[in-house]
Amino acid sequence: MSARWLIFLLLFPAAVQGQGYAGLGSGAGGYAAVTAPAALEFPRDHGAHPGFRIEWWYLTANLKGEDGEDFGAQWTLFRQAGRPEPEAEGWASGQIWMGHAALTTADAHRVAETFARGGIGQAGVETAPFRAWIDDWEMTGTDDGIGALTVAARGEDFAYRLKVRTDHEPVLQGVAGFSVKSEAGQASYYYSQPFYAVSGEIEVEGRRVAVTGRAWLDREWSSQPLAEDQSGWDWFSLHLEDGAKVMLFRLRSETEPPFLSGTWIAPDGTPTPLAPDQIAMTPVAETEVAGRRLPVGWRIEVPDFGLAVDTEPLNAQSWMGTLFPYWEGPISVTGSHDGRGYLEMTGYE
Amino acid sequence: MRALVVLRTLLAHWRRHPVELATLLVGLAVATALWSGVQALNAQARASYDRAAAVLGGDVLSTVVAADGQRFPLEDYVALRRAGWKVSPVIEGDMRRADGSVRVLGVDPVTLPPAAGSLDIGEGAERLTQFLTPPNLALAAPETVARLGGAQDLPPLAESADLPPDTLVVDIAVAERLLDAPGRLSRLLLAPGETRALPAALAGRLRVEAPRETGDLDRLTDSFHLNLTAFGFLSFVVGLFIVYSAIGLAFEQRKPMLRTLRACGVSARMLTGVMVGELVGLALVAGLAGVVAGYAIAASLLPDVAASLRGLYGARVPGSLSLAPAWWAAGIAISVGGALFAAAGSLWRAWTLPLLAPAQPQAWLQAQRRGLRLQGALAAAIGAGALAALVFGDGLVAGFAVMGGLLLAAALLLPSVLAGVLSLGARGARRPMVQWLWADGRQQLSGLSLALMALLLALAVNVGVGTMVDSFRRTFTGWLDQRLAAEVYLTAADAEGAQAVALWLDARPEVRARLPIWNVEGRLRDWPVEIYGFRDDPTYRDNWPLIATLPEAWDRVAAGEAALVSEQLARRLNLALGETVTLPSPQGPWPVEVAAIYSDYGNPEGQVMVAVDALTARWPEVDRRRLALRVAPEAAAALVTDLRAAFPGVEAVDQRALKDLSKRIFERTFTVTVALNALTLAVAGIALLTSLLTLSNLRLVQLAPLWAMGVTRRRLAAIEMGKALALAALTALAALPLGLAVAWVLTAVINVQAFGWKLPIFLFPGQWLTLLGMALATAFLAALWPAWRLRRASPLTLLQGFSNER
Repeated sequence: MSARWLIFLLLFPAAVQGQGYAGLGSGAGGYAAVTAPAALEFPRDHGAHPGFRIEWWYLTANLKGEDGEDFGAQWTLFRQAGRPEPEAEGWASGQIWMGHAALTTADAHRVAETFARGGIGQAGVETAPFRAWIDDWEMTGTDDGIGALTVAARGEDFAYRLKVRTDHEPVLQGVAGFSVKSEAGQASYYYSQPFYAVSGEIEVEGRRVAVTGRAWLDREWSSQPLAEDQSGWDWFSLHLEDGAKVMLFRLRSETEPPFLSGTWIAPDGTPTPLAPDQIAMTPVAETEVAGRRLPVGWRIEVPDFGLAVDTEPLNAQSWMGTLFPYWEGPISVTGSHDGRGYLEMTGYE
Repeated sequence: MRALVVLRTLLAHWRRHPVELATLLVGLAVATALWSGVQALNAQARASYDRAAAVLGGDVLSTVVAADGQRFPLEDYVALRRAGWKVSPVIEGDMRRADGSVRVLGVDPVTLPPAAGSLDIGEGAERLTQFLTPPNLALAAPETVARLGGAQDLPPLAESADLPPDTLVVDIAVAERLLDAPGRLSRLLLAPGETRALPAALAGRLRVEAPRETGDLDRLTDSFHLNLTAFGFLSFVVGLFIVYSAIGLAFEQRKPMLRTLRACGVSARMLTGVMVGELVGLALVAGLAGVVAGYAIAASLLPDVAASLRGLYGARVPGSLSLAPAWWAAGIAISVGGALFAAAGSLWRAWTLPLLAPAQPQAWLQAQRRGLRLQGALAAAIGAGALAALVFGDGLVAGFAVMGGLLLAAALLLPSVLAGVLSLGARGARRPMVQWLWADGRQQLSGLSLALMALLLALAVNVGVGTMVDSFRRTFTGWLDQRLAAEVYLTAADAEGAQAVALWLDARPEVRARLPIWNVEGRLRDWPVEIYGFRDDPTYRDNWPLIATLPEAWDRVAAGEAALVSEQLARRLNLALGETVTLPSPQGPWPVEVAAIYSDYGNPEGQVMVAVDALTARWPEVDRRRLALRVAPEAAAALVTDLRAAFPGVEAVDQRALKDLSKRIFERTFTVTVALNALTLAVAGIALLTSLLTLSNLRLVQLAPLWAMGVTRRRLAAIEMGKALALAALTALAALPLGLAVAWVLTAVINVQAFGWKLPIFLFPGQWLTLLGMALATAFLAALWPAWRLRRASPLTLLQGFSNER
């Protein structure tokens, strides 16, 4: 049994028993519970919440080179508490960190992955000033906020260094940051910063390309975000041309119809939670990816806001062949609105 | 079809001579057994070194280590990771426990590169999670789990078949606690593909070390295994003498049968082919028995070998045998190969057998002279080769070439020497019977010479090894008295514990001096080396076993300007007095002068002794747990008892117990050598028996005329016995100088190359007498049956001696 397998089991002990994607459906025994109202507070909540079982700092960027070539970049830091006890010092910390980075072009999707133990400084998140890092990958702020960040990562065959900047406040998802994930009441704390403008440089295929674009940061933490019967999700973040942002997700269940949720974010940053019956998400095109069939083309409708669009991936093979594999890649939006965004699909066997 | 008939005819011979068949099979089986037994021991030990080296991909992954070989701070690891280096941390060390130490390997499974191999934890998610979360899990080989199971000071144990014995693989958080090394790391495993130079901030303190295909253990124990191999080979060669004699005997006896078969139209090709087939069949049977016996020998010697490897080298070899199928195949192959080699002469003669028997060659004397001259020339050539190897050669292989050449040349010369002695005797003889006796002795020599050579080799090696072991024992005992001059030695659990003990000792009036024995481990020109710090004290000045020294060496070492260097290290690195050796310290390279060289028997690692203040100044992390105490000898035992009562965590041992332990390890080291020696002598005895049996049949032709002239069978038997004893005694006498030469090669050449130390030779005449007795006893036992057969031979048999059947 390889060491990697070992981490897999540690990070997501229930995964082997078939409970939800990456074990997110297993019990929360002993960990801090997610309860309403969320009462999020910044900059405190930009930092880590070690009492909760899992947490992520998730940045996706839709980028364009000077000649108009499209790129996508992903920077993700996951934190997992190995046990519910308070964090100990040094190696005994019990926290494990995992980093994913990806760079997508129309014909290649490059991925890197790294792991770290907590407690020793190899990975972590600090506020004042804000800093999230694992190995030589980092997301660094200039003050205790997240309004201006430098985001950098490097894999064997790619690297990027991006400056993201916005004057908007973070947007709270769900009800003031309390985001429900199932009819049974599973939930997470969830906020986003979807308004970043990006400029920076990527290195790929031996060339350096100056890029600009838009980026979206998701922050989410929970101890049990999925119900036991939920097997995976399809998640969209959309930057529309008129400045509005849309977040939508569909949690698939093995026994029930999918659970839909989302947020309409007006160009000024005002969020409107979307109820399940306000959303329609329909797969329209499938492609074989990594030996399985994935719905890479979608029809998305939110009639109350006049949204009726089709999405198409920049690269249908945006497969993250990491320890927990999933699909994550840039998409383009056409129809009632034009725009760009990111699609994430997990739990497809 | 015809081949089958021929085979059945040939095999009929063995039915009529079951004892000869048994001798052949036993000889071949014994030779195979000794050889494959030794190979099994070596294979077992080597496999466990490889296993130890391969743990965590040590054989394929580069590592980052501290330049001074010490542990380094965790922050260095984090700094490398933050610079993008794919490294994974390891803490390792020995954990001292009441029943011996355990090697602890702490790993971080989260960053462990896939090339580091897999940790075989077994099935079930539960166990995997347990490894990382308290109370954690410790992985160990099944036999280690059986031995350590239930220990209170260790995490729960889980079996992992790939690990070497007495090794625990635990999470790094656990290792840090078990080894009392918070925030320290031993090395970093480097994922393949990293080619950058270390960041400037770390480059001074850390360095990248290429993967080692062979671990230190492999190199350090090489000589031990080469010794074993040499003895195994010697036993095999001696065993082949038996096979040669047995096959020769069978050929002589079957000559009429072979002629008849040829006369009946069986071609020489078919006859030889069937004989080869017969031989291969017999060799397969004997080989199978041999490897089984070899397995038994190895299994019974393995605990001693494992104990001495552990005592000498700290190598952990499992106490139970597990052998690859290749080993069995190799054992049987060497049996077949050996048999064919030993039978080559007989087979050649069968191939070229003339259909009609020629007249009995009376000119045997001439033939013998020619043979002896040839052998003498060969011996001279081989002797010259051995001499050249001695003068120009370097290394252990050259040492064994000297030894092999010496033995072979001496063996080849033996018949000439014996013939010379016999012709000298004949010259002085007047009475006809005595003249015949001498002459007949010379005639017999040709047939017996091979067996006598085997006896010579076995005896000489016995003398040589005996002399070496006893010289070593005497030297070692005296050396132990010098080295272990302090009365009490103690080890605390940690530095604070040692401090507390020191305070407690200051209040004890019987403690005359308290001497630190602090040390660090390092590497010098890629060899492991121990650097000890000592406090200037008469204990050292008066007792330390110096081999060579500069004037005022002790003062200069005490002043921190110079160092004492062990003999092994001096030889390995070619260091002479007054030269400078540069020690890698955390504060940078530290050049010191070699002020004296001391003997350090039994230690595979090189050793350097420096003033303790100089050591702590350059190695602040030095292990400060050990102390030596000078107390009145009669108060030592009571002090140890009090110490143990006051500090349960402290290991205190008095000098006598330590000496006993050292001597026990020492004795076990030579158990194998002595056992192989005894077996070799037994094999030589069997060879002699076979040869005499062969001759007793052939010699009826020579003895029948004497019987016809009135010499009684009883007298003839006594004469035969006397001659066998006399030849054995002559051989034993020849073996004595040869044995001393072997002892000299062993101590002055092989030991120096193999272990790095030179021993003074002491002579033990009592041992020689014993050996002479053993040679005579061997010859007596071997000659007993042929003599008895002669005495009981029917007159008809003797009369047949005239019938010229041949």
